[in-house]
Amino acid sequence: MGLFDVFDIAGSAMSAQSVRLNTTASNLANANSVAGTAAAAYRSRQPVFETVLNEQGGDFASASVKVAGIVQSDVPPSRVHQPGHPAADAEGFVYMSNVNAIDEMVNMISASRSYQNSVEVLNTSKDLLLRTLSLGQ
Amino acid sequence: MALNIDKLFAGHARALGIANQRLQLLAANVANADTPNFKARDIDFKGAMQEAGQQKVQLKATHPKHLASVGSANRAEVQYRVPDQPSLDGNTVDTQRESSAIAETAVRYQTTLTFLNHRIQSLRLAITGR
Repeated sequence: MGLFDVFDIAGSAMSAQSVRLNTTASNLANANSVAGTAAAAYRSRQPVFETVLNEQGGDFASASVKVAGIVQSDVPPSRVHQPGHPAADAEGFVYMSNVNAIDEMVNMISASRSYQNSVEVLNTSKDLLLRTLSLGQ
Repeated sequence: MALNIDKLFAGHARALGIANQRLQLLAANVANADTPNFKARDIDFKGAMQEAGQQKVQLKATHPKHLASVGSANRAEVQYRVPDQPSLDGNTVDTQRESSAIAETAVRYQTTLTFLNHRIQSLRLAITGR
């Protein structure tokens, strides 16, 4: 039934957005992480969203969303000369993470707004269902 | 006069069904607001209700094994929305439009429920007589 499908759809959206919030939190937490080699430097992670069409129902196939995977940014980590740093390599360079704090903040706001929208949809359909249940009373 | 319960509730039942389907589509749009290449879908509520009021064109069947015409009785046609501001990632969901459409559909749904409730109450009044 339609209104019950709404719970699945909104639930999938909330879970996908919370994965996005999780990656944002990891990225911001590691914004100042330092590594001794370019390969070991922290790279910012971003989830990739994908539509899941339910095969049953033809045109009315419910379209939920899932996280297809997490990709790591391929921006090269910046190389900073800090000879005194314990992790510095032989030439005295350390490698900073390639997290862009501004991008992450924007991502965080967008994810939280989308999460709120899904909660709103969920509440609306819950109210409608409850009112339908009390029909004729 | 025979009371036909089906006829008493038919129009409202269909309105509930269409509102239900529309809400499902709109929920899918909101859920996929950040999915690249997702195309927002919707149904024309008014058109679907008008269609329900008209007689469907029937295909002529000259053989018992001919299929009945496909025009589905309980479903409206799903259409893709034309975006006001197309975005670079190919997504056509406009969150503001979705929320206003959801609010509208919810009110329509509740209106239909109120009508149904009144019908049921008058039936009950007629049955019990008090």
